Amino acid sequence: MNILEVTHLSKEFNLHILNNKRIESLKDINFTMKEGEIIGLTGKSGSGKSSLMKCLYRTYLASTGEIIYLSKNGAVDLVKADDHRIIDLRKNEITYCSQFLSVIPRVAAIDVVCENLFRVEKDKDFARSQSKNMLEQLGLPYDLWDAFPVTFSGGEQQRINVARAIIAKPRFLLIDEPTASLDAKTKDVVVDMILRLKAEGTSVLVISHDEYTLDRLCDRRIDLKFGEIISEEMATNQ
Amino acid sequence: MSRNADNWLLRVTNLTKIYGEPNENTVDQTGPKFNSNICPETDSIVACADISFDLYPGEVLGIVGESGSGKSTVVKLLYFDMEKTGGAAWLKPYADGSIDMLSESNQKKRFIRNNLMGMVYQNPRDGLNFNFTSGGNIAEKLIMAGNYHVGEIRGRASDLLNKTEVPVLRMDDRPANFSGGMQQRVQISKAIANNPPLLFLDEVTTGLDVSVQAKVLDLIRELQQDLGIAMIVVSHDLSVIRMLTDRTIVMKNGRIVESGLTDQILQDPQHEYSQLLVSSLL
Repeated sequence: MNILEVTHLSKEFNLHILNNKRIESLKDINFTMKEGEIIGLTGKSGSGKSSLMKCLYRTYLASTGEIIYLSKNGAVDLVKADDHRIIDLRKNEITYCSQFLSVIPRVAAIDVVCENLFRVEKDKDFARSQSKNMLEQLGLPYDLWDAFPVTFSGGEQQRINVARAIIAKPRFLLIDEPTASLDAKTKDVVVDMILRLKAEGTSVLVISHDEYTLDRLCDRRIDLKFGEIISEEMATNQ
Repeated sequence: MSRNADNWLLRVTNLTKIYGEPNENTVDQTGPKFNSNICPETDSIVACADISFDLYPGEVLGIVGESGSGKSTVVKLLYFDMEKTGGAAWLKPYADGSIDMLSESNQKKRFIRNNLMGMVYQNPRDGLNFNFTSGGNIAEKLIMAGNYHVGEIRGRASDLLNKTEVPVLRMDDRPANFSGGMQQRVQISKAIANNPPLLFLDEVTTGLDVSVQAKVLDLIRELQQDLGIAMIVVSHDLSVIRMLTDRTIVMKNGRIVESGLTDQILQDPQHEYSQLLVSSLL
């Protein structure tokens, strides 16, 4: 069953304040995604990978096309759906993990990770124990658990970012460069965590430049260039 | 739980406020297209017009825009600080959302305001009576809602001051002797005293220094998370909007020029004015 069907998706920015300059960022994107599949989005910087992901999450408004997402309550066009429907999906099904951690200041690392879990899990202590468990697996020093992530190093922030995205086990995960600033061992931990999610039924769209991560994770890859899909392949390990 | 079209807490349609004597062309000849809210024919001033939106339970909605765009007018109309010129608003907990609250009698409006809403103004003097003690200010709101038990009132007041980190020792002190940040936190205590499902926040951090601003923002976030109060946050500060809100409305010359998810408004603004606003402040 397809969890996602993208047809004729395009995105053009119209910059009114720069004399209506137009920037075409995605052109006629078409692809489908099966439930439980992990698709890797690849391509050079500026090829439109993150733009595509942001269109799927509705941070960007698509200019044309359809994004049909099969939610627990039926099919929704993520391009046209009402804002409240999108908020609802973001709370319950779709999680986006950006390339860089952006968090509310003055919240302890352990609570940052729990944030998505607090929405569904009323027992805060239980949520925190889940969060501790994750931070432990990811090897985040114990001292940092109650500190504020804005002060962390790149790799530490990255781990918080990933933990926070996957703790509530989303149904559909959009994840941008999950292993970028991590050492080989932590990279493996993150990859294993995502694979465990997949085993529980999560569908994942992942952006990465890291061949090792892509190899271990992806069922297939979609390669972008200048905002267009130039190749779509089946992964060898399937 | 799936949201549906009837799940709103507050529904506002075509809310309009005009000063002076408008004619039938006034609304059509003002607004962002004309970059003015003064009617060229009648000189009447359109503070806001055709404002429509739904607010869901527990949702935080931001209203941004430059000075004079009508953002405060919208919340003041909804809190009955001003009389509307046109439009209607329904609040679910009042008569199950079947009666336009803006057309109710003053007595009914007072009931709604004291039981179902709270307001925090930019200037604590607008929300607090500086001749009363801080405890007295909170008591005022509780008494208006029909609670006359002194012991209960004092208990609730000290709970609220505790929650908002105002030293309970200063419950019998007047807010005039408090710092700006403390005054703002007393105002918030008063606004939430009756556990309202809806809270209006009008530029609540403007004019406070950054560390105090941070404390007030943290408090608001905590209240939202713990109590699930729906809020309308009026601010010209996009970082406040980013931190607190799910959805945002952008206003200019008394009209809504754009509305959307807050991250979309900040990263992919569509309207010329929203683009200018985002590029000016980030």
